[in-house]
Amino acid sequence: MKPFTYERAETPAQAAAAASKPGAKFLAGGTNLLDLMKLQIETPTHLIDIGRIGLDKIEPTPDGGLRIGALVRNTDLAADPRVRTEYAILSRALLAGASGQLRNKATTSGNLLQRTRCPYFYDTNQPCNKRSPGSGCSAIAGFSRQLAVIGSSDACIATHPSDMAVAMMALDALIETVKPDGKTRGIPISEFYRLPGKTPHLETTLEKNELITSVLLPAPLGGIHVYHKVRDRASYAFALVSVGAILLKDGSGKIALGGVAPRPWRNVSAEKLIQTGAKEFTSRLLEGARPTQENAFKLSLVQRTIEGVLTENRS
Amino acid sequence: MIGELVIKRASKISVECEIKNKHMENENGSAGITRREMLAGTAVAVTALAITRVTGLEAAPASPIVTPVESAGVSFNVNGKAVDLEMDTRTTLLDVLREHLHLTGTKKGCDHGQCGACTVLVNGRRINSCLSLALQHQDDSIITIEGIGTPENLHPMQSAFIKHDGYQCGYCTPGQICSAVAVLEEIKAGVPSHVSTELMGPMEFTNAEFRERMSGNICRCGAYSNIAQAAAEVAGVTG
Repeated sequence: MKPFTYERAETPAQAAAAASKPGAKFLAGGTNLLDLMKLQIETPTHLIDIGRIGLDKIEPTPDGGLRIGALVRNTDLAADPRVRTEYAILSRALLAGASGQLRNKATTSGNLLQRTRCPYFYDTNQPCNKRSPGSGCSAIAGFSRQLAVIGSSDACIATHPSDMAVAMMALDALIETVKPDGKTRGIPISEFYRLPGKTPHLETTLEKNELITSVLLPAPLGGIHVYHKVRDRASYAFALVSVGAILLKDGSGKIALGGVAPRPWRNVSAEKLIQTGAKEFTSRLLEGARPTQENAFKLSLVQRTIEGVLTENRS
Repeated sequence: MIGELVIKRASKISVECEIKNKHMENENGSAGITRREMLAGTAVAVTALAITRVTGLEAAPASPIVTPVESAGVSFNVNGKAVDLEMDTRTTLLDVLREHLHLTGTKKGCDHGQCGACTVLVNGRRINSCLSLALQHQDDSIITIEGIGTPENLHPMQSAFIKHDGYQCGYCTPGQICSAVAVLEEIKAGVPSHVSTELMGPMEFTNAEFRERMSGNICRCGAYSNIAQAAAEVAGVTG
């Protein structure tokens, strides 16, 4: 790791203000940031530890929703009784990811902000437009089996690795933030992640030094909650394809995909086709897909997984 | 001036090597210089040249290159004992435990949170100590394998690992034991897992649950089935 100075923030406001220091980054759990710092992919010169600024609560909101603090650990979020009963898709998604040790340390905001595991992003000997803008994309003509089939560009085909984010996309989560000047705002998760386009190094719509304070879930929808993750191993592996689904009594549903795109992939207007059938729905959902030869299998894998989820969970 | 001296010194070493080489050639395979000595001699010669190139031809004596290092302080509790440390900010909890506190039971397997050999308990929770900065643990209570039990006073999980042959090389074992101890607590506390059929309700120790919950601890020797047996015994589940 490159040398850095370190401070422990005491409040969200103080953390956001401290972030204006050049080369500063927030440190929450650190399970992704420290991994990248050891490889010198991330090179902050100043770390602001936000582990103890009081953002570790899960609280109900007046309209029946749930506000999840940015520093809530993944284990605690998955195990929360309200999440398990009313937002089970979120619990299932969290439990499908990482390992027990990682879930105990990783946080809500860190999970949203974690970076791709594309092997070329990780290999600092290889050209990578995300890591070094303009250097090229080694993945497009390389080993791309695990990478994106949709939402990608000629500059980058990296996927977002988070399971939690897929569930939050299906749940229409709102990401709440505070800026250094103290102003707060809420960013719908559907507007939080940027697609790579020509600038794969820009991953979210957060402004510089903007701190995520919480994630807001709307009032529970009921219905059947499923998170089906297809991967090479039974545990402790990233998704090739994952399907997060909320299936409601009236036959409608909300479905988001993981493992196939630079962000959780959802198409709200396509969801009216869920009742028509998996084939029609998947076809709309994956319209415009540009897979590589190595990952084209994901297109039929998505359809079959959605078919399975719908068949197994329809009464 | 220094440059000249250096060249002479390097030459002297090369000459020594040459003499030794000739000695080897003449001797037809008996005694003489070994490959190891030859390589060591060459390396010294190359190093001598390299070091002096760095310092150039100034008259001043060579000084080491110093990378500025940031330090900070932290205090926490390890195995019941209070510690107060000042170290490079980059020091992970794993490195503080092993290098500064000489608690070498916890192992560095991958240093990237993928193998679980570095698992320790922090405030009762298992984490990968390689992906945590020591500085993040102000006032925390940390238990390493040394605090789980000792040869004179084994933890039941340690006895069970011995009884059920739960290790071969032993490298992953401290992490396996710390993790397994924590898994039993997690099950008791009702924390669900990926394989739990019901998200709510009491969690049970089953082989499937144990294997899922331990998926962050890998074992190249493949002692998995014996580890699972050991944990099952401690959990009071037989068969």
